[in-house]
Amino acid sequence: MNTTSNTMPDSPAGSHDVAATTATPTRPFFWSLQRELWENRSLYIAPLAVVALLLFGFVLSATVGIWQRPLHIDPTQTPEKLADPYGFAALFVMGVAFIVGIFYSIDCLYGERRDRSILFWKSLPVSDLITVLSKAAIPMVLLPLFSYLLTVAVQCFMLLYSTLVVAASGQSVAMLWSKVHLFRMSSDLLYHLITVHMLWYAPIYGWLLLVSAWARRAPFLWAFLPPLGIGVFERFTFHTTHVSALLHYRLGGPESAAPVKGHEAMGSAFSIDPGVFFSAPGLWVGLVFAALCLAAAVRLRRYREPI
Amino acid sequence: MACIEAHGLRKSFGKNLALDGIDLRVDDGRIVGLIGPNGAGKTTALNAMLGLTPFQGDLRVLGRNPWNERDLLMRDVCFIADVAVLPRWIRVCNAIDYVAGVHPRFDRSKAERFLSKTSIRPASKVRELSKGMVAQLHLALVMAIDARLLVLDEPTLGLDILYRKQFYDSLLNDYFDRNRTIVVTTHQVEEVQDVLTDIVFIDRGRIVLSASMEEVESRFAELMVSPSNLEPARALKPVQERQALGRTILLFDRVDRARLSALGDARTPSIADLFVAIVGNRPQGSVQ
Repeated sequence: MNTTSNTMPDSPAGSHDVAATTATPTRPFFWSLQRELWENRSLYIAPLAVVALLLFGFVLSATVGIWQRPLHIDPTQTPEKLADPYGFAALFVMGVAFIVGIFYSIDCLYGERRDRSILFWKSLPVSDLITVLSKAAIPMVLLPLFSYLLTVAVQCFMLLYSTLVVAASGQSVAMLWSKVHLFRMSSDLLYHLITVHMLWYAPIYGWLLLVSAWARRAPFLWAFLPPLGIGVFERFTFHTTHVSALLHYRLGGPESAAPVKGHEAMGSAFSIDPGVFFSAPGLWVGLVFAALCLAAAVRLRRYREPI
Repeated sequence: MACIEAHGLRKSFGKNLALDGIDLRVDDGRIVGLIGPNGAGKTTALNAMLGLTPFQGDLRVLGRNPWNERDLLMRDVCFIADVAVLPRWIRVCNAIDYVAGVHPRFDRSKAERFLSKTSIRPASKVRELSKGMVAQLHLALVMAIDARLLVLDEPTLGLDILYRKQFYDSLLNDYFDRNRTIVVTTHQVEEVQDVLTDIVFIDRGRIVLSASMEEVESRFAELMVSPSNLEPARALKPVQERQALGRTILLFDRVDRARLSALGDARTPSIADLFVAIVGNRPQGSVQ
């Protein structure tokens, strides 16, 4: 029964799919993602809660409140005004997803050592590489995608609701739809999420995961104090601001250094020219830094014991 | 093939030598009790075998180097590192889903059958379960994995006697067969005594005794003597002497049973008594 072969000839249930899946690492990866979502329900509850709040506010305002006036469509009105709430919605969802991702990254590799459950995870045939990659994928891939889908859903709802209000007040629905470019907004948003939240912020998440894998206590402080401390030290000692400029450059997004090529429509604030973006050395240096951080986190997880 | 083979296994933490050259061979199909006082190096030895810690010396588990080939090894090796390492937030059904998802040798129906005999509900979270139930759940998950080596580090620590008994009963009746090997550490020596096929005593990073239960039976004898027979018995050089209920009990290593029987009541010592005699008698160094 216990031969060294990896197939289980005499196992009654599911032996076929077992044999087929032993070789692929995608299954452990998928289940590792799944377990992150079981453990960290705030990953989706927080953005959903914000969305609920946003929609409530929008419905209230579109019906009676402060945006009542913009809904009285005036042909001379600029489209930005009408599109404002849509941009706000996108910003809020992204902002919450970013914050949730930060807190998640700081805690994920630290928490499993603190509650000793790392000993359980390590008793199963899931490599440290797969574990760390699945944890990195949450803030770097899953959260941006989730905030995209959520924002698009919210914006669709907002447009539909506005349409109802506009139609009910006897105004031109066509005018509204000509001013709000839903498709343009969502494609701009996707571009922004991929360039900034997935690629540009990757080193931030990489650093946080590294600290999470390394710290014996207070990972939050270890994540933020050293960069701040070095910045302050530099300022007081050498009277220069290279470190704080570097942090500002990373947190502010690629636009903070490169001039924005203006789209005239809403969402332009999000967009940077692809040529400028992908030729910025900052992007590639950041990605290499992120990869190094993740490699170090994998290695640390191998050596680290519960705390 | 030996399931575990170690030669000169060493591990130090700074200046502290946790494993001081261990030679050990565990064959397939054995149930080995690794017994030692606190800080003796039991957990370090197990961690080395499980690829959780780097080590010096030569160590092979199922023919593999556990540190370098850990990911492959974990398909054939299972362990319960401690009670209470199951994540507290996980639901019972999710835990089963997860292990079924990542482990190619997990038999889901077996785990569910085992759990159905307990009072654990699939929708419960681990934090809602009692300590004994968590141990049952962990055992259910582990027993449903068709592993060749199962390592248990204090698996029943903090459980009441009913759960402890049930734990070892399940392990023996529902899990163990001649193709599997089990290595277990515990302080509750009396309870595993009848379960083990081999014992390994470890003290301050060294192996003090490694023997099968048959060897223990043939090698060691405990003699209860009356005062008049005490001197002739002492002449046979007992390993240890102790007083119990006004009688003197002497423990002998490799002394002919017939000669002992002539002096009093001779029998095989319990593992606990043997442990105290062998490990407790060693001179205690200044460094633990």
